[in-house]
Amino acid sequence: MAAMAGFGVLILIALLVLSAGVAGFGLLLRARKLANLGFVLFCVGGAVLALAALAAILGSLLANGFGGLNLAVFTQDTPAPGSPGGLRNAILGSIAMCVVGMLIAVVVGVLAGTWLAEYSPRTRWTAAYGSVVRFVNDVLLSAPSILVGLFIYEALILLVIHHFSGLAGAVALALLAVPVVTRTTEDVLRLQSKQLRESGAALGAPVWITIRAILWRAASGGMITGALLAFARISGETAPLLFTALNNQFNGLNWQIQDGFGLNGPTANIPVVIFNYALSAYDDWRRLAWVGALIIAIAVLGINILVRVLSAEPKRS
Amino acid sequence: MNGPMPAETTAPETFESFSEAVNDAKLEAKGLDFFYGKSQALYDINIGFQRNAVTALIGPSGCGKSTLLRALNRIYALYPGQRAVGEILLDGKNTLDRGVDLGQLRAKVGMVFQQPTPFPMSIYDNVAFGVRLYEKLSKADLDQRVEDSLRRAALWTEVKDKLHTSGLGLSGGQQQRLCVARGVAVRPEILLLDEPASALDPISTAKLEETIVELKPDITIVIVTHNLQQAARISDNAAFMYLGRLIEFAKTDRLFDNPRARRTADYITGRFG
Repeated sequence: MAAMAGFGVLILIALLVLSAGVAGFGLLLRARKLANLGFVLFCVGGAVLALAALAAILGSLLANGFGGLNLAVFTQDTPAPGSPGGLRNAILGSIAMCVVGMLIAVVVGVLAGTWLAEYSPRTRWTAAYGSVVRFVNDVLLSAPSILVGLFIYEALILLVIHHFSGLAGAVALALLAVPVVTRTTEDVLRLQSKQLRESGAALGAPVWITIRAILWRAASGGMITGALLAFARISGETAPLLFTALNNQFNGLNWQIQDGFGLNGPTANIPVVIFNYALSAYDDWRRLAWVGALIIAIAVLGINILVRVLSAEPKRS
Repeated sequence: MNGPMPAETTAPETFESFSEAVNDAKLEAKGLDFFYGKSQALYDINIGFQRNAVTALIGPSGCGKSTLLRALNRIYALYPGQRAVGEILLDGKNTLDRGVDLGQLRAKVGMVFQQPTPFPMSIYDNVAFGVRLYEKLSKADLDQRVEDSLRRAALWTEVKDKLHTSGLGLSGGQQQRLCVARGVAVRPEILLLDEPASALDPISTAKLEETIVELKPDITIVIVTHNLQQAARISDNAAFMYLGRLIEFAKTDRLFDNPRARRTADYITGRFG
């Protein structure tokens, strides 16, 4: 397939060169049309390539994972090689860590984004500090997730908790989600009209009430979209969990308060289970890894579709 | 608006000014200068806004009429670098003093903007928003206040059956009257209108103008408008501004029928602007 695609790209380039050549001969109108055609084909080719990659991923996930989907996947815990089992503990662990991580990230991210959009421009000094925060946030946005995992391992596990922990995993995931939430919150708040802010002030409302009761509400669609995209991003992360939550082959979640609702100790999660099982020598483990990958892909796809539906809601300003 | 003034040496620009005093001023600007950062937008404005009357501010774009309006409730204070120097007296008290509570001031001096800005909440909550900030009313009293305000803004009959639907679902003209109702609900003493009809169709404009006239008996109104006919229709007094200066201020009839300043005459006869 790659060879065919490469061939297609070559043809497109040849078309472009050809049309440019024709233009050189002065057949202007024809040349322009040809150049246009070439460019359109080039764009279509690019789009087809990108979509083909996505289709190939989804296709192989379905082909390899769909057969293994059954009730046991959701009701039984990860098995020893050769015994029957499912992914229940990993699914629950992933959901719990993502939810706790998102709770942290939404609180921190929304407040940080609000400060950047609404408070930092007010004086020269806070504006300068704000631009530093914005820059660091953008760096964090593209930070390799394995570094985040190592950081939490050093800062939280070695210094404070002293053992692998699902809570540490949640904090690592939160650290990945915070910059996304911060950025989208700031962006959608900046999109709100100056007059909306002034209308709040014109009724005598203090700034924080204007923000809380009017601006957050007006921007809520975009803020929810940002949070869901962050959620989609962290739900498939493996690297930050390797050093923090690790994995837990044997116990299901233990929903006791003293156990941090099951997140205190090492916690199973889908990405790390996929990582371990996919590299193993056992066929049944590898089958489960495919199923886990399919579940994550479906979940992320579902979240993205939800985002589409939410942001397609007609908005009047 | 903020462009440099012609240098005095090359083109001495004289601003003949004819400003008449009003006898019962609710709000008064004295020697008011306004600055956007370093550039000056208003020069020594002296004007009185008559109690329970409509005062129109007219003039070409960038003449400072919106700036003057925005100084009156200190909405400019949201932006660092904007400042007013001089005096703005509300019932004799200078609102530019440091200790003035801006929330309280703006509850007394309401404002409606050029674009309708309904809040993303129900029609009822839009109107109740400002009331809830400063008054604790019972449910029945609040209902009554909301109804009264919507009636005064001539919107009640159109929305009384859908009070709890979003304010964003109304038409542009209805949204603007909702903003008027919201402003009226806090029982302001003064209402500032910044080209409130410029985004509206003629029918909505006519309704809004009726509303303004009906509010006059107990609210002092200042309206910025580009529409000279509108100023002539609804205002009692009118001020013509040009390049940050108040050129002429008088009873509306006098200003339009018999302008004293050449610039005023040029503007209202359409020779420039």
